[in-house]
Amino acid sequence: MAYNFALVDNHGVWFRSVSSRGIVGFMLGFLLTGFYILLYWFPEYLTSLIALLNPLSSILRGQQADQWFLYGFLYTFFVVTFGIKFIFKYKNNRYHLIRTSMLIAVQLLLAFLLPAILKKFNEPEFYFSYFWPLKKEYLFPSDLKYLMSSGKLGLFMVFWAVIMLVVVTPVLTYFFGKRWYCSWVCGCGALAETAGDSFRQLSNKSVKAWKFERVIIYSVLALIVGLTVILWVNSFQEGAVLGEASMTYGKWYGFFIGSLFSGVIGTGFYPILGSRVWCRFGCPMAAILGIQQRLFSRFRITTNGGQCISCGNCSTYCEMGIDVRAYAQRQENIVRASCVGCGVCASVCPRGVLKLENGKSPRLNNL
Amino acid sequence: MKHVVIIGNGIAGITAARHIRKLSDYKITVISEESDYFFSRTALMYVYMGDMEWRHIEPYEKDFWKKNRIDLLRSRVEAIHSENRELKMTSGEVFKYDELILATGSSYRRPPIKGVDCKGVFGMYSKQDFDGIWEYTKGERYQKPKIKKAVILGGGLIGIELAEMLTKEGIHVTMVIRDNRFYSNVVQSEESEILERHISSHHVRLIKSSGIDAVLSKDGVICGVRLVGGDILETEFLGLTIGVEPNVRWINEPLIQQGQGVLVNEFLETSAPGIYAIGDCAELRAPTYGRRAIEPVWYTGRLMGECVAENVLKPQSKKYDPGIWFNSAKFFDIEYQIYGNVAPEASADQVHNTWQKGNAILRVAFDKEGKLEGIQSLVTRIRHQVAEDWIRRGVSKSYLNENFEKLLFDHEFSLVYKEKINF
Repeated sequence: MAYNFALVDNHGVWFRSVSSRGIVGFMLGFLLTGFYILLYWFPEYLTSLIALLNPLSSILRGQQADQWFLYGFLYTFFVVTFGIKFIFKYKNNRYHLIRTSMLIAVQLLLAFLLPAILKKFNEPEFYFSYFWPLKKEYLFPSDLKYLMSSGKLGLFMVFWAVIMLVVVTPVLTYFFGKRWYCSWVCGCGALAETAGDSFRQLSNKSVKAWKFERVIIYSVLALIVGLTVILWVNSFQEGAVLGEASMTYGKWYGFFIGSLFSGVIGTGFYPILGSRVWCRFGCPMAAILGIQQRLFSRFRITTNGGQCISCGNCSTYCEMGIDVRAYAQRQENIVRASCVGCGVCASVCPRGVLKLENGKSPRLNNL
Repeated sequence: MKHVVIIGNGIAGITAARHIRKLSDYKITVISEESDYFFSRTALMYVYMGDMEWRHIEPYEKDFWKKNRIDLLRSRVEAIHSENRELKMTSGEVFKYDELILATGSSYRRPPIKGVDCKGVFGMYSKQDFDGIWEYTKGERYQKPKIKKAVILGGGLIGIELAEMLTKEGIHVTMVIRDNRFYSNVVQSEESEILERHISSHHVRLIKSSGIDAVLSKDGVICGVRLVGGDILETEFLGLTIGVEPNVRWINEPLIQQGQGVLVNEFLETSAPGIYAIGDCAELRAPTYGRRAIEPVWYTGRLMGECVAENVLKPQSKKYDPGIWFNSAKFFDIEYQIYGNVAPEASADQVHNTWQKGNAILRVAFDKEGKLEGIQSLVTRIRHQVAEDWIRRGVSKSYLNENFEKLLFDHEFSLVYKEKINF
């Protein structure tokens, strides 16, 4: 099979209403944003939907379903079904096969089943595939204190959260780039790569968007670092100084970044802004990994000498809005903070110009 | 300040403009009759098939040109007066230049077939050709195509692209080729066989060893073609893809010597002072060994554009060196890459070795002394720098076998990396 061809085409994508910001695309966008608004602020309208999942919730978690179980269930359902669709589309390419299987497995096991089962056994509902600052609470004093008081398993969770953040993440990013997380493990990435695949071409490729991206993503990073620091200061001073302020700060961060940005806009706007809006403009984890990828990592996309014909398939299908062609046609390798290493640019290139690689040294742009 | 005028906004002309800007502060004007902005000609097929929209095949943002002070002019040059360094436009305007670069590209070749001038006969090179094909064949969104059957004459790279476009639209395509196997002037019989099988798996009918000697029409619109030998094919469309020729017929300045194209020396200078020619429209008086005088491909256009920029800045400062030949193409889903010289048939002068699995076929060619001369591949991707380096050094077969993995450019986890390839 793989020896027959590995090229992936996207015929008709811009002729279909759903994938070219047509009426169907906008309708889907409204539907998705509407769902998120109900989920976050008006869950009472979802009661009957939630009730449908009671049997499953009872088996898995030993309790009635709530809106977050409904969300987790739907999320996982879409990752699995569209993941299978993705694998079918890219079946001749083992990179996508392995990567997508991993995404599906992580979502199903670590982000859905395991937390549910932990809950059933009265252990902390912990997500082993999320880390600070994406899962901001995992470095908040309140959560750490709670975990530490939850027995041996809780202690292990604290150990996991810290060791993954401080040791494993930088080491893996050094060797493989941020892709090891963003397009191999992360749940947000999993949804974008699977259900979002049909919308990857809608990301904005302009230089203006790139400038905007850098301002916004590092601002969010600064906000969450600030919040975490304040919470710790507060915790040491036992709430004497910043008690009220840090509460309000946390609430607003949760509303604007957690719900509005990553949920409503990040996912609800898939059919309008493309599939990686949150990952590109908002995610503070991606920001940290990106800085490291840009400055100190072996990962790059290699441009194959002079073979580029400037066709534009790579740039068009880059979900992160990177103008890949701008580098390829100048025969430069691509080293960008935002690249999540999904590998689609290389798969849609009709001239075999692009290849994701971990070089032997972290030096940029050298083979 | 010098004024450099470039006629033609294709890859050659635009590369020249960009590099002149990098090196100097000259005033630069690019004149094109074809389009407002530079676009990737090789990507036209993707716009037709809906992989991309027109804006996606324009490699630079609109304000790139302003930022880099490259003036774009949509107009047509009627005459060149090289003694006064003037261009006369069809609008009547007269344009002064200090240095002129001709980068007018090609047009598709129209064979002198009886009846070929009727409606429904197309080439596919320019934006206008493309628009014509779109208008004539493509149905509205979600609708069926306007025609059912098409014939394509010629089995080159553009022919196969046109076949893919029309097939994906739902049009039944028949390709008529002169030779007894597909792409025989470039690839070998094993490769031809793979490609023919792949093409027919996409429901394209291939008629080999044939030609068209008349186009039949009804009320001025094509209704069929008569093959050499008398068979008649019903068709509503004829695509002419038997090659391209330099787009130079419009040049009436006698001081600019022409052969097939505009003749240029190794500095890409024409016979007229202050005038250069690059890309498809240029014909080298003395091509380097083993190379053609006219090479109408994307890459050589780009290389010539880079070279001419230096010569415009400093006359006769840089000889055009096309380097080791390379090219690539796509036959439906099968990628093709070539580096160096791999003859369409092995001979006493060139020994071939192959490795094949499925559609993937790697072919390496050695000269009589066992030195590597060329590498060619279907499906599997080859690393350009390594291929070039090995061909330049003329490495041996045993070296090639030992280091083969370095040559591969396939995606990570590709099964090719697990193969024990031994030529």
